[in-house]
Amino acid sequence: MAMKIEQIEGRLLLKKPKIIDPLNETETIKDVMLVDGKIEEIGIIEAGNDINFIDCDGLILTHGFCDLHVHFRDPGNGDKETMESGCESALAGGFTRVCTMPNTEPPIDSPELISYIIENTKKMPVHVHPIGSVTKGQAGSEISEMGLMIDSGAVAFSDDGLPIQNGLVMRKALEYSKMFNVPIINHAEDDCLRANGLMNEGIVSTKLGLSGNPNIAESIMVFRDLKLAELTGAQLHVPHVSTAESVQYISDMKNQYNEITAEVTPHHLFYTDEALYDYDTNFKVAPPIRDIRSRWALIQGIKDGIIDCIATDHAPHTSHDKDTTFDLASCGLIGLESCLGVVKKVLVDDEDLGLMEMIKLLTVSPRKIMGFDNDLLKEGKEAELVLFNEEKKWVFNKNDINSKSKNSPFIDAQLSGKVIHTISKGVIATN
Amino acid sequence: MFDHRHLISLEKFPKKDIQQIIDTAFNFKEVLERPIKKVPSLQGKTIVNLFFENSTRTRISFELAQKRLSADTVNFSASTSSLKKGESFKDTAQNIEAMKIDAVVMRHPSPGAPYQLKKFINAQIINAGDGTHEHPTQAILDMMSIQEKFGKIKDLNIAIIGDIYHSRVARSNIYGLVTMGANVTLCGPPNLVPKEISELGVNVNYNIDEVIEWADAVNILRIQRERMGIGLIPSSREYRRLFGVTYERMSRRDKELVIMHPGPMNRGVEIDSEVADSEQAIILEQVLNGVASRMSILYLLLGAKEEDGDEN
Repeated sequence: MAMKIEQIEGRLLLKKPKIIDPLNETETIKDVMLVDGKIEEIGIIEAGNDINFIDCDGLILTHGFCDLHVHFRDPGNGDKETMESGCESALAGGFTRVCTMPNTEPPIDSPELISYIIENTKKMPVHVHPIGSVTKGQAGSEISEMGLMIDSGAVAFSDDGLPIQNGLVMRKALEYSKMFNVPIINHAEDDCLRANGLMNEGIVSTKLGLSGNPNIAESIMVFRDLKLAELTGAQLHVPHVSTAESVQYISDMKNQYNEITAEVTPHHLFYTDEALYDYDTNFKVAPPIRDIRSRWALIQGIKDGIIDCIATDHAPHTSHDKDTTFDLASCGLIGLESCLGVVKKVLVDDEDLGLMEMIKLLTVSPRKIMGFDNDLLKEGKEAELVLFNEEKKWVFNKNDINSKSKNSPFIDAQLSGKVIHTISKGVIATN
Repeated sequence: MFDHRHLISLEKFPKKDIQQIIDTAFNFKEVLERPIKKVPSLQGKTIVNLFFENSTRTRISFELAQKRLSADTVNFSASTSSLKKGESFKDTAQNIEAMKIDAVVMRHPSPGAPYQLKKFINAQIINAGDGTHEHPTQAILDMMSIQEKFGKIKDLNIAIIGDIYHSRVARSNIYGLVTMGANVTLCGPPNLVPKEISELGVNVNYNIDEVIEWADAVNILRIQRERMGIGLIPSSREYRRLFGVTYERMSRRDKELVIMHPGPMNRGVEIDSEVADSEQAIILEQVLNGVASRMSILYLLLGAKEEDGDEN
């Protein structure tokens, strides 16, 4: 069933949702009155029958989700995704705010290109924050105009997709970024050790004859980045942590230096490399999906607070990019629309994490990393909210995907917890 | 009852079915010894040999097997195809299938390519080698040759020597031999033997002298020249010194050691000429058994089923 997006005109009453406020860690059942997309009142609201309302009995109302790591492919690859289709995919997944990675064509490495993204997404129903590239052309050698990009609206810097191999460049970029109080996000994979590995190195890659990308290709660069952050006093955010060793290094560093944050993806939490036995190219992703030991370490890392947040690394690719042999297929998978259902299933249903804790991973934690406003459930604020059914078991269906690309490894997977409405920038989206 | 639609991998391939392929191959070998070496078993069937990677002997072996079974065959190789014009693997495969064919024998440089092919087309698929994954028909002919020589496979000590990491022959042999009850030892430079591979039920020993002493037969893998020069093997002379099956090593034993090689050989590197040409080598017998094995596989996959009216 296609998602519906409507302008909120006048008053809209959200009747009796369970309101979970992840900032103040409270849970109440109250009504919420929206007027022209703003929160007018939260409380017990007696309203006449003529008012527009949504019966939210049994639904959870909380902050709209925030994803620090998406690829919307604009400019350059409108066949994979556009700002519009990306925002629709975000709304369908309960996201009201996303940070777009700069590995587009051309890469977002100048204030003009940051402005292009800001201007192009002003009218979109989701808040889109561009991340600028750390180095010019994402070439990994010269640092880009970070200051001018910040002035134009960049919220962080990353050469995502292209790890910064040169330790000196990484050090200088971290040092330079200290003026701006924004995180540097380095896709941590040592190119030499990765050695064109197509999947996680282990017994499964040995059986499949696919070249292996070992844990150490990631963890050794995570270790380098952590030490450089400590040395320089800069802010480092580690994206898509995939290995047990990286979790350990981040944990160790957090004990002595606290400008470190880290994210994990839903697919690294949900799957292990055994999912690759059919050579399904939708499982080809960098860093690769690891073995069960790393999967447990990621889950434990979330429970222990070592991992700060969930980010989807939403990476659309066309069927043409994926319907080929495993070595030639593009890396990446879409993740916005399946995110809640995956994360709720793994962390809450299977691993007994509290729902409040899970919600924080998608709301206040990522917002805090980027310095976004976190006090959303307040009268007078623009409504940036999600309503979801916590109990709903559902099957992720290819035909329901709103993203332009359908490269999801979750197609036909049984998920738990479903977004029903997303309220953002004056619209309400209904799944 | 042989209930398989494709032959892509020997992992989890049932023992009785491997035995049936081998037994049937011996029957076809007898046909190959006749003056008229042709039977009508696959008359009316069309098989495409889809080779995305250079191959001489495997392609000829398949083609002969098909002709001996009276199938119609078409050869397609990447060098003469539209792939050079940028056509995708999927489009190529679907175009070929649109011409109404029954089966595809495919060699492809990418591991797992037959699994993608299975999604794109409905024809039956025989894997003639997919990158560094598997080469099941080679393993069948190797096992047939072992059974022919020893009268059995079970409990024999079989060594596979060489670059295990990149070898599809090794993987298929490991699955097949372990399933058939042989003891398998892998021998090669540690950086070319994946450390997890012992989980497949094999032993690993880096000392070739011990391995030769232990083995009833050694299957010697071709060392690919392209592996040298990227730091995996320092030189061919060092490889020969550490892992070459030399005449001295072979003759140090008091009992016979059966010598196998899937070809093509690098004489003087992984195998000495005196070894390759010795009485103990069954390398040319393997080549003939290759035709018989492939006849057996094609017959069991494409031909035998119709008699049960079971076309899947």
